[in-house]
Amino acid sequence: MFASDLLIAQNIGFFIIAALMVVGALRVVTTSNVVHAALWLVVVLAGAAAQYVLLAAEFVAVTQVLVYIGAVMVLFLFGTMLTRARIGAESDLNNKNWFVGLPVALTLLAAMLIALRDGFGNEKLPADAPLVSTQVLSDQIFGPYLLPFWALSFVLLAAVIGAIVLARRD
Amino acid sequence: MLLNEFLFLGAILFCIGVYGVIVRKNAVLVLMSIELILNSVNINLLAFSLRNGSADGQTFALYVIAVAAAEVGVGLALVLLVYRNSRSISLDELSEMKG
Repeated sequence: MFASDLLIAQNIGFFIIAALMVVGALRVVTTSNVVHAALWLVVVLAGAAAQYVLLAAEFVAVTQVLVYIGAVMVLFLFGTMLTRARIGAESDLNNKNWFVGLPVALTLLAAMLIALRDGFGNEKLPADAPLVSTQVLSDQIFGPYLLPFWALSFVLLAAVIGAIVLARRD
Repeated sequence: MLLNEFLFLGAILFCIGVYGVIVRKNAVLVLMSIELILNSVNINLLAFSLRNGSADGQTFALYVIAVAAAEVGVGLALVLLVYRNSRSISLDELSEMKG
């Protein structure tokens, strides 16, 4: 299925990182320890940042590291430790729905893989695409996409106020 | 590199996230599965951004990251509130709305 130029450096890097990400994601949804799940999620998020670099999107990769690994993971660990005093394996993290979840996930996966293979086949990513610099990205954000940027600022403001109001003891 | 490598990776991560949302009972773990789904979306956006040679996909990916951060903040505040009221964050025990 794959072309003969499979063994180039980017591809080898891609497959190593992709394998790490899939293993990490599977551990996130199967492990019986909430803190371990959070740490496996770090593996997945860091792997995603590496894939963004392979996709020539450095600014998004750096943002991913800052926002996800830096901030969101700390939030998750805070949430874990504020809601569960016990740090260790627990037995009641899953409900009895695995016989629903597994077929749904596998059917969805099969449908998407077949559709993607039929749709894009062996289409290659351009090796000499023009690099999207951070300057171009900021011109996009503060130019044609200014209105969504404003809306996003209000979403963040509302989220901050909402989180404080919800979690405050009064 | 093939376009489909990245799209397949996104699809696999998406399905793992969907499985986690369905199967997990702990609210924090459900939020983590949602993060998996959002990351797979970002991989797709950036792959198509590179394929089409435009910066639109990267802009949207940045917006998705910001919205995901807001979502996690509010979500964990809600989880904390539920925990304070019922001393448990098991989603199966939140059945007060059942008649």
